[in-house]
Amino acid sequence: MDQFLAFTIVGLSTAAIYAVIGSGLVLTYVTTGVFNFAHGAAGMLAAFAYWQLSDGWGWPVPVALAVVLLVLAPALGLFIERVLLRPVQHLGEAERMVMMVALLSGLIAAARWIWDPNVARPLPTFFADRTPIHWGSVTITWHQALTMAVAVAVAAGLWALLNRTRTGAEMRATVDDRALAGLTGADPVRANRVAWVLGTQLAAVGGILIAPAVALDAQQLSLLIVSAYTAAIFGRLRSLPLTFLGAVVVGCMESYLTGYLPQNDYLPGLRLAAPALLLFLALLLFPHRRLRGRDRRLAPVPLPSMRGALVFAGTVVVFGVVLATVLQGTDLITLGPLLPLGVVALSYVPLTGYAGQISLCQLSMAGIGAVVWAHLGAHGQPWALVVAVLVAAVAGALIALPALRLSGVYLALGTAAFTVVLDRWIFTLPSFHVLGVRIALFEQGSLEVHGPSMLGLRLDGERGLMVFSAVCLALVSLGVAALRRGRFGRRLIALRDSEAAYATLGGNLLVARVAVFALAAGIAGLGGALYGMQMRTITADQFNLVAGLPIFLIAVIGGLGYVGNGLFAGTAFVGPNILLDLASWTPNLVAIAPALAGMGLAGSPDGIVTRFRREWDPVARDRVVLPALLGALALAWLLRILDAVNGWVLLAGVLVVAFALREYAAARLRSPAEPEVPVEWWGVRRPWRAEDGEVLARGIARG
Amino acid sequence: MASLEVEGVTVAYGGNLALDGVGITAERGRVTGLIGPNGAGKSTLFDVVSGLRRPSAGRVLMDGRDVTRKGPARRARHGLARTFQRLELFGRLSVRDNLLVAAELGPGRRHAARLVEEIIDRIGLAEVADVLADALPTGVARLVEVGRALAVRPTLLLLDEPAAGQDAGETERFAALLRSLAGDGTAVVLVEHDMGLVMSVCDEVHVLDLGKVIAAGPPEAVRRDEAVLAAYLGES
Repeated sequence: MDQFLAFTIVGLSTAAIYAVIGSGLVLTYVTTGVFNFAHGAAGMLAAFAYWQLSDGWGWPVPVALAVVLLVLAPALGLFIERVLLRPVQHLGEAERMVMMVALLSGLIAAARWIWDPNVARPLPTFFADRTPIHWGSVTITWHQALTMAVAVAVAAGLWALLNRTRTGAEMRATVDDRALAGLTGADPVRANRVAWVLGTQLAAVGGILIAPAVALDAQQLSLLIVSAYTAAIFGRLRSLPLTFLGAVVVGCMESYLTGYLPQNDYLPGLRLAAPALLLFLALLLFPHRRLRGRDRRLAPVPLPSMRGALVFAGTVVVFGVVLATVLQGTDLITLGPLLPLGVVALSYVPLTGYAGQISLCQLSMAGIGAVVWAHLGAHGQPWALVVAVLVAAVAGALIALPALRLSGVYLALGTAAFTVVLDRWIFTLPSFHVLGVRIALFEQGSLEVHGPSMLGLRLDGERGLMVFSAVCLALVSLGVAALRRGRFGRRLIALRDSEAAYATLGGNLLVARVAVFALAAGIAGLGGALYGMQMRTITADQFNLVAGLPIFLIAVIGGLGYVGNGLFAGTAFVGPNILLDLASWTPNLVAIAPALAGMGLAGSPDGIVTRFRREWDPVARDRVVLPALLGALALAWLLRILDAVNGWVLLAGVLVVAFALREYAAARLRSPAEPEVPVEWWGVRRPWRAEDGEVLARGIARG
Repeated sequence: MASLEVEGVTVAYGGNLALDGVGITAERGRVTGLIGPNGAGKSTLFDVVSGLRRPSAGRVLMDGRDVTRKGPARRARHGLARTFQRLELFGRLSVRDNLLVAAELGPGRRHAARLVEEIIDRIGLAEVADVLADALPTGVARLVEVGRALAVRPTLLLLDEPAAGQDAGETERFAALLRSLAGDGTAVVLVEHDMGLVMSVCDEVHVLDLGKVIAAGPPEAVRRDEAVLAAYLGES
């Protein structure tokens, strides 16, 4: 009984922290309609900043606390409101979510940049020097008592703010109808600002209180938020009292699992994954509706011509061959994942671009593909690749079934929870048997992966694998283009644009959603297997939630409706790896780049791929410039193969020539060779053309 | 036999009854009008009939078969199609692809492309066939919804304010289309605020007010009905 009470106290103390963090999340969500994926990361940053000030620089604790909670946290809150969210306010829910995912990814990368992850930073608990309070058989440390007191104070403070102040009334009014609240004299912008400042402060309080109990690790602290998310979902992202109740359930459950879970090889991961499992269950069990109306702004899904798709696929293969022949040494290894991760990113096009399902678990599906290939394809059997794709597809279908009840931000959360369950528990399991079949995963360490044997060739070198990956990406791109042009693609888009209309026409929502999840997971599984082949050894960490976020961000920035997004996302995500060896700080820059790019989404909300196409279209149409460009590229390639120029000169030269030719082509398009002939001289100063009659008729009709 | 029979359907939103024991019928080969002031429950009734909303009481029968517990897709396979008051087009697809999605789901899926071209010709959508649905003006978009509903070759067609946003000439052509649809043996149920259109094409009219059917019968009789006049013009 004493032991039970002791675990309860620990649980309640943790619950108090989750309640504080969760209430900040609810406060910002109900006021601004934005689900803050970076809420935990804000708390993480606060904990690091507090460590830096108090422990690193030796400032007194009260001063350090005051600076973090009253200066830095509000500043971050205002930054989020002003710099990140206001530019995307007019865009959809998905874009606002991307901003927060970018912030999460960016804050983790920034923290790792500033504070070297290889240095241990113990953070002492508050009042560590005081003797714990003994209360009968129960012992409570002063830190635990403090966390509970803070939670009570936060609850009382929030109640008073929302119910007893004008600002609170404005915040509640903004929840119901932003425009209407504005008409009645309330200030929605101010309400938003207050919500972001308060929300970030609450995250900071939680982060500082929880950091002494866990290691000061950027990723781990940011993902502790999963427990606070679960608490907030208990409160349906609306109710503060229910959020507090949820926090108690989660905090105590974690504590009891620590105390009572039997010790064996299979269960330690379950304790780590339990909050995510609970989050998944809470999402499924609690009915929820979106706060705001339906999102009407959807990513465009242009119809690719089959000829265009074939040309593109050919380009992908040529690109792979060029890469494989010009890269040398470590560049071959660092750029190896370019095409495989392009395949993973391409899986977002049917899933999120066409069908509108936001999934944060695509890299986990890639992990499943990689594991299956590593075990079954050890001797390079091609059929093992098919099995890897099929197993990943089945896993995708299995997620789709429970996820059918979810959409938008809830689906993103559900798939994120699933990813956490996979990488904290399932991927860490030792091998086990199901119905006599031995299931092996990462074997609690790393796995060796080999290339395939095809057509009598054993593809085990980087160059061969790069070409093989290019062929796979080209084929998948062609497949996605065919999908977009075919019946299933139309159905997916229809389903996303209007579920009601699709259902009343006789369409089966369940079948379509399960099929697209399976398809996308299969594509990601193929990408994962290719990724594994390039990396040669894989660990579970390479497929975790945080590793997958930048790929999602880059795919969104590329434009989720475009078949060309696979090549773009792979290049944009892995291409910067050529900078890795340049200086000690370049790896950090490369790590933070996708997040920064994600934050720039408002600049081209329809995707970079469409902008790229628009800008390079004059080159593609020009019968002089296009051959010139192709000739220049071929020459550059030849020079590199003959070792006449090095890689950097090649890259710089190709870029200069390409951009110069683009400008030239654009200029040619702007000033047609033949001068404009006034309409009354048509047929006199220049020959009469077939289309002239129609042009004249239209002009007259308009007049 | 009536294609659609609605018996005693009741729908409650919180404490309010949006529909209170509503009963209507619609027969093949006839256009049945459903009119009433805003908020009378017309669109809610369409949601119940098409399976998007489950009633708290009452039954919906199609061709004598009870479909009350069936989902929207099953009802569509029984021959039901509808349009929406708040447009529900597939905005990122072209007009032709909107129709194609429907045709490929319906009984005419083997000849979907041909069926779509026939419908495009029949209701005059040739000029906008390759335009994205999101870019259409409302009047045309409503017509596309009608076309999309026709592409599943319905035997029971529910039209929710299809003529809103059309000018007089377009309404005239639309009336002719409705009559020809009924002539093909389809049961058409029409919700419309344009009384001229309702009175000219409907064989029978049901009047809803505050969730109840307050009158039903041929247009001429309904037009003179005291309760209907009171509902539309207010109690005198």
